[in-house]
Amino acid sequence: MGRVWKFGDDIDTDAIIPGRFLTIYDPKELASHAFEGTRDEFAKEARQGDIIVAGRNFGCGSSREHAPIALKGAGIEFVVAKSFARIFYRNAINTGILPVVCEHTDEISDGKQASVNLKESYIESEGRIYPLDPIPEFMMKIVEAGGLVEYAKKR
Amino acid sequence: MGYTISEKIFSSHCKKECSAGEVVMAPVDGAMIHDITGPLAINVFKEMEGSKVFDPKKVIMLFDHQIPADSISAAKNHVMMREFAKEQGIFNYDIKEGVCHQVVPEKGRVKPGDIIVGSDSHTCAYGALGAFSTGIGSTDMAYVLKFGELYFRIPETIKIDANGKFQDRVGPKDLILNLAGDIGADGATYRALEFCGSAFSDMDIPGRMTCSNMAIEMGAKAGIVPPDKKTWEYLKGRCDCEQFSLSSDSDAKFFEERSYDVSEINPKVAVPHNVDNVVDVSEVAGKHIDQVFIGSCTNGRYEDFAEAAGVLGDNKFADDVRVIIVPASKDEYMKVLRAGLIEKFVEAGALVEAPCCGPCMGGAFGLLAPGEVSLSTSNRNFKGRQGSTEAFVYLSSPATAAASAIKGVITDPREV
Ligand code: SF4
Repeated sequence: MGRVWKFGDDIDTDAIIPGRFLTIYDPKELASHAFEGTRDEFAKEARQGDIIVAGRNFGCGSSREHAPIALKGAGIEFVVAKSFARIFYRNAINTGILPVVCEHTDEISDGKQASVNLKESYIESEGRIYPLDPIPEFMMKIVEAGGLVEYAKKR
Repeated sequence: MGYTISEKIFSSHCKKECSAGEVVMAPVDGAMIHDITGPLAINVFKEMEGSKVFDPKKVIMLFDHQIPADSISAAKNHVMMREFAKEQGIFNYDIKEGVCHQVVPEKGRVKPGDIIVGSDSHTCAYGALGAFSTGIGSTDMAYVLKFGELYFRIPETIKIDANGKFQDRVGPKDLILNLAGDIGADGATYRALEFCGSAFSDMDIPGRMTCSNMAIEMGAKAGIVPPDKKTWEYLKGRCDCEQFSLSSDSDAKFFEERSYDVSEINPKVAVPHNVDNVVDVSEVAGKHIDQVFIGSCTNGRYEDFAEAAGVLGDNKFADDVRVIIVPASKDEYMKVLRAGLIEKFVEAGALVEAPCCGPCMGGAFGLLAPGEVSLSTSNRNFKGRQGSTEAFVYLSSPATAAASAIKGVITDPREV
C-alpha cells in the first residue's frame, strides 16, 4: 500500500534524474534529486512503498540506470504505466523496481492510496480494481532470482 | 518465409534460425562503456562476482560526457575506469578521441552483421554500418562484461522506404526529424527500423549515422541501413573484414512499411519538449534564440560543419547568440581544422571546443538559464536536457542551426 504519484505520457529519464547528477551512484542521494525541477515535491514526500502511475512511454530517452535507482532510492516499488520505453523497462527489472503495464492508469488518481497484487495481476485504488498485464516469462525469471545480479551469480 | 536483417544477424550469432518475437541469449561482438554509465556497470560487474571481463579486446572504453573532468566526482569516475581498464587489459581511449558513437565506428570497432551493445541509448547509431547495435543499462552491461552475451527479444522490423532527392539545404536530419514526428516517440518501441530506398543508398555514411542515431527517439531498438558499397569503402583501412552482402529477403515479414519522397521534405525542427513535436521551420521562424549548439553524435561530423559553413558564407553570427561548435571526434576535428573551418567559425563569433558531448546533455558546459532558448543539432530536447527545466531546446539540422545563428532567430536555411 502506498501513495500514487501520477504522471503523464513520455516521462523521460532526463526528467527522472537530470544529467548533471549522473556522477552520483548512491540511491538515497540520487533520490534527493529525482524529478528535480519538474516535480520538486516528489523527492521530499515520496515514501517507501509509494507507486508511480503513468501514461505511455514511461522512461523514454537515455539508458541511464540512475533513473530506476533514483526511484528505488525514493522508496518506489512499482511503476504502473500504459507502456514503457524498452531500456527503462529492463533497467527497472534489473535494479529491482517492478514495471507493470496497465491500460487503465487514467482512471487512477494522484495522491490516493493504491496497492499492487502481482500474483493476481491487479492494482487496487479507491476500492476499484484494474487488471495488469503479466510480466513476460523471461523477465519473471530474473525477478524471481532477485534481480540480474543474483541471476548472474547463480549462473 | 524470408528474414529481415535483424533476424539474420541473430540467426547467425545463435547458430539457429531465429524469428522476430523470440527471446534468445546471443553473444556480442562489442560492448561500449563511457564515463557516465561505465562506473555503474563496473560496480555491478564486481557485485556479480565478476573477475575477468569476457574478452578485453571486445570491450570499448572511452570518456566523452564530462571531459575534461568538470567536477571532482567526474574525475574520480575517470580514475576508477582507468584502473579497471588497466587491471583488465582493456584499451581505453580515455578523453582523447571524442564522442562514443563517432569513435566506435571510426576506429573500426563495428562491422556489418555485428551485434554491439553500449551502455548508452544512442548505441543504435552503428546501424548506419549494417550492425545490430543497441543501448542497454549498466546492469545488463555488467552481465555482458562477465559473460559476453545477453538475452534479447528479436524485434519485428518497420521498413522505411525513402526515395527521391533532397532539396538544397535539406538533408538526413530533416528526414529523421520528419520520421520522428510521424512515428512518434514510442511508435517504434521494441521494433527495429530498416532504412531502405534510394535516399539512403545515395546518402553518405555520416548522413546515415545521423538517421540511425535517432532511431531510439522513436523507441526503436535498432535503426539499420543495409550495408552497400559505401559501407565497405568506409570500413576500408578501419577494420579488416571480408565483404559480404546483408539485406532483408524480398519475402521477409515486416511489421509495417512506410514510404517517403524526400524531395517533399522541408527543413524541420523539433520544438520543446519532445523530439516528436516536429514542425516545418517556417512555423517557428522568427523565434529568438540565445544559444546554438552544432555538434553531438547526431551532427558533429565534418560534413555537418561543412554544411553549416556553406550557409554561413561571409556572414557573422548574430551578436546576441552564443554559438558553440564541438566536433564529435579528434578525426573530425582535424578535418574541420584542415579545411579552415575552425578559423571561419571563430572569426564569425563562435566558440569551438574540443571533441566531447558538450552541451548536448546539460552535463559539462553550455547550460541554459531559466527562460533561455537553444537551437541544437543534437538529438533530444527534453525539459531540462541542456540545463534549466525552464529553458527551451529546439532541434534542427546544421544548416538550419547556422542560418538561425546568423539571424539570431529561427530561420529557414533556404532563405539565407
Ligand atoms: S553527444 Fe549527446 S546524445 Fe551523443 S552520446 Fe553524447 S550526450 Fe549522448
